[in-house]
Amino acid sequence: MGDLKLPGIDYGALMPMLILFGAACVGILIEVFVPRRSRHVIQLSFAFLAVVASFVAVVVQHNTRKITIGGAVAVDGPTLFLQGSILALGLVSLMLIGERSIERGGPFVSQAAITVGSQKDLKQAGDQPGATEVYPLTIFALGGMLLFVAANDLLTMFIALEVFSLPLYLLCALARRRRLLSQEAALKYFLLGSYASAFFLFGVALIYGFAGGISLSQVHDAVADPQRSQVLLYGGMALIAMGLLFKAALAPFHVWTPDVYQGAPTPVTALMAACTKVAAFGALLRVLYVAFDGVRWDYQPVLGTIAVLTMFVGAVLAITQTDMKRLLAYSSIANAGYLLVGVLALNEEGLSSTMFYLVAYGFSVLAAFGIVTLVRDADGEATHLARWAGLGRKSPLFAAAFTFILLAFAGIPLTSGFTSKFAVFGAAIEGGQTWLVVFGVITSMLLAFPYLRVVVLLWLSEPNESTPTVSIPGFLTSAALVIGVVATLALGVVPAPLIDLSRDAAQFVR
Amino acid sequence: MTDFPFLSILTLLPLVGAVVVALIPRQKAELAKTVALGWSLLVLALSIVMWIAFKVGGDRFQFRESYAWIPSWDARFTFAADGIALVMLMLIAILFPVVILASWHDVEKSNRSAPIYFSLLLVFEFTMIGVFAAADIFLFYVFFEIMLIPMYFIIGSFGGQRRQYAAVKFFLYSLVGGLFMLAAVIGLWVVGGNTFDFGRLTEIAGSIDQNTARWLFLGFFVAFAIKAPFFPFHTWLPDAGGAAPAGAAALLVGVMDKVGTFGILRYCLPLFPEASRWFAPAALVLGVIGIIYAALLAVGQNDLKRLVSYTSIAHFGFIGIGIFAFTSQAGTGSVLYMVNHGLATGLLFIVVGMFVARRGSNLISDFGGAGKLVPVLAGVFFFAGLASLALPGTAPFISEFLVLIGTFTVHPAYAVVATVGIILAAAYVLWMVQRTTQGNLNPALAEVPEMRKDITLREKVVVAPLILLIVLLGFYPKPVIDVINPAVEATMQDVGVQDPGPTAVVANERVAR
Repeated sequence: MGDLKLPGIDYGALMPMLILFGAACVGILIEVFVPRRSRHVIQLSFAFLAVVASFVAVVVQHNTRKITIGGAVAVDGPTLFLQGSILALGLVSLMLIGERSIERGGPFVSQAAITVGSQKDLKQAGDQPGATEVYPLTIFALGGMLLFVAANDLLTMFIALEVFSLPLYLLCALARRRRLLSQEAALKYFLLGSYASAFFLFGVALIYGFAGGISLSQVHDAVADPQRSQVLLYGGMALIAMGLLFKAALAPFHVWTPDVYQGAPTPVTALMAACTKVAAFGALLRVLYVAFDGVRWDYQPVLGTIAVLTMFVGAVLAITQTDMKRLLAYSSIANAGYLLVGVLALNEEGLSSTMFYLVAYGFSVLAAFGIVTLVRDADGEATHLARWAGLGRKSPLFAAAFTFILLAFAGIPLTSGFTSKFAVFGAAIEGGQTWLVVFGVITSMLLAFPYLRVVVLLWLSEPNESTPTVSIPGFLTSAALVIGVVATLALGVVPAPLIDLSRDAAQFVR
Repeated sequence: MTDFPFLSILTLLPLVGAVVVALIPRQKAELAKTVALGWSLLVLALSIVMWIAFKVGGDRFQFRESYAWIPSWDARFTFAADGIALVMLMLIAILFPVVILASWHDVEKSNRSAPIYFSLLLVFEFTMIGVFAAADIFLFYVFFEIMLIPMYFIIGSFGGQRRQYAAVKFFLYSLVGGLFMLAAVIGLWVVGGNTFDFGRLTEIAGSIDQNTARWLFLGFFVAFAIKAPFFPFHTWLPDAGGAAPAGAAALLVGVMDKVGTFGILRYCLPLFPEASRWFAPAALVLGVIGIIYAALLAVGQNDLKRLVSYTSIAHFGFIGIGIFAFTSQAGTGSVLYMVNHGLATGLLFIVVGMFVARRGSNLISDFGGAGKLVPVLAGVFFFAGLASLALPGTAPFISEFLVLIGTFTVHPAYAVVATVGIILAAAYVLWMVQRTTQGNLNPALAEVPEMRKDITLREKVVVAPLILLIVLLGFYPKPVIDVINPAVEATMQDVGVQDPGPTAVVANERVAR
């Protein structure tokens, strides 16, 4: 055995992740030592600081292209672009999570077991400004996501998957309102997520048997060798894909999405819809483009079918929804289908356009859920569609912002929804996947209907007594909404800088 | 003079106006209306200057401007106008002030905000000018889609009965067409070497693989056929036209639907010449069916606004066969028809709106003998009807005649069947006029106090320019034809067709001039 050689570690390249993980640990200590009254402010500002510092670390090393700590982490263009996106979107999600002025005690509850509305519960809401442990949890989740998109071997990827999933399961269960729904959602997410993780791990084992290694470049080399067992390859690939497709909410692994999106506290839903999507697709891109590049002709039709299925399921079921959060959930499923169309272009255009789409969609969906947090009545958020009737008359500004976001989802020009759809469809045609684009266009037509129905409700229906009020947003939510709407507009009107950035970044290291 | 950035300023001017009008507080409705009217007159003035600056017989595309937008896709803000676009821009510039003046009291009946209504009209003008002025396919597509939004809110928020249904149907139909076109635009971008520039794409148009070109043609054609609308994609128009406020309906059929026929002429034909020739028989059949079918439906209507919408579908059938006959007479006739139809149907819609505003109902059966109460208005209505059925001496006659002779030289059978449409046009117009304004006075009508008020000064100012232009272009269409002709001939050259036999051409041209 003799001397053990330690792998070289480039701390600079790992800095964004190290900052977040360190900050999350410190956050837990803050939770222990800082008195309850001042925790919220300290935790929130500390979390902001950590995310901003991590973002700065990403920006500083934007030219880094290397594989470090023994081949476990690859820091390259896509990694940095996606990490930057996750952090930017995460920062906006944090604003929604940190909002406390809309509801007494905020959207999170620390002791959910206390009977709702009891003296104790009211005291809890008064004394404790929400559950402050959400901040370290969020930071852990974001850190895991950063590692997930950077993972260069399958085991690191699995660990990252768990690191960002576990805090999300917890966060889902913490809603102050509709606690049973929230806890049910968390349990569902946890159980199904664990299955998905198990599938992923089993797939990793099979691939290890196939390739004799777990690093993506080893797998890539092994795929080129026709002597090896094809059963292990395809079995492993399918199981790994299942784990990733689950996180990305692609049909038929999407069934958890509407329930979890509906049950989770809305700021957490926003975090999942924006950041988890980026992370899941980032990992999917890396696995498909780097490891299994050699068998692209085999998986392209299968994943293509999944993309078509996802787009149809998302679009058709969105039409039948009567709850705003579920509608947005199905819309996010359909959008995952469009993203997969971009992924399946399997060229540099595909990579850059998918990354562009992820950012564009992330900001829009954050704004959409941000507005959902504001439309409230005495029982909390009024998410039933019928309750939104005539909101345009009562609060034209918010209705206009929401309409704009819906038009972006529908892909109307001068919004980021149009430019991003254009980018992925263009890449797919260039990659010879015209059939996917045809289905993408057809489902876009279907999907326009539910969005339009909401616009009709907002503007053309008369308000009635049950139309809820739009709460005056606090500074944080206002900022999040402004950022989301402005980004949606800016990426629709002047998308050139971000497109160029995504193009420059679109090269994996192996 | 031609260095002046006419098209970009013309496009942006109404948008600036829209913002200004939208910022006017709701209580100052009169001010908002006046500013909107003044702004649209400003646009008209600039268009007239541009018309004068346009060199007849000069380059095919003039006033070209190009600014970078999304370099990695080669999408640019490129504007350029040929003769066809120029006459359409002129039509827009004329119709908008007229419609704004005609819609003066439209909002007062509802509890909606007047500044928003007039602001939406100006936003609509911005998108309409943009769609005709764009010479970059990406830019064209952007305008093609966003023009739905102001019209959607105009119909949905300010329309009549069933406005929600009509607005949604209108939006979804158009969006479906637009998405087909999006797929085709992306496909064209990929096969055309990653460019959106209209000039560069026409150069490589011949080299696109035949099958691909046909599919791409279809993508564009479906979008334009829905927009125009051609049979069988027409069902949204009667609903939208019936529910929209009369002024907006005049714009809907007078200007917006022209985007469809304009798009076919500007994009489908030059970009996919072989596919255009291949699809032409099908398009001709659709055109002829549209003429007869829509005319028959128009005869049976009891709702004035729906009736006028159906007449419009029939007229678009004429424009369609004129385009796909591929002769320069028919092509010129079609473009002229687009202008004349905008004037005549616009006038008809506006006058119908005046009747509807007085009576408070769209239904023909609620009228009857109205001419006894409002003789002058009934006279204008009669004139608008006659112009719409293409009576000789009114402008639509020239264009309909050009379309028919141009079609006859190559497809006599279609021309003959289309002629039946003229007879049906007489039937639906005259019957409509008879049931509305002639005959015995409907006693219920006499009890409506508003019906005793004949045409007001404002209404006279509204109809006068349209009547004047219809008569003027009916007798002396040369200035317009001179602008259109070279552009149409260039388009026919792009398609690669020539007018048949010299004797027919000489004979036809004598008639045309």
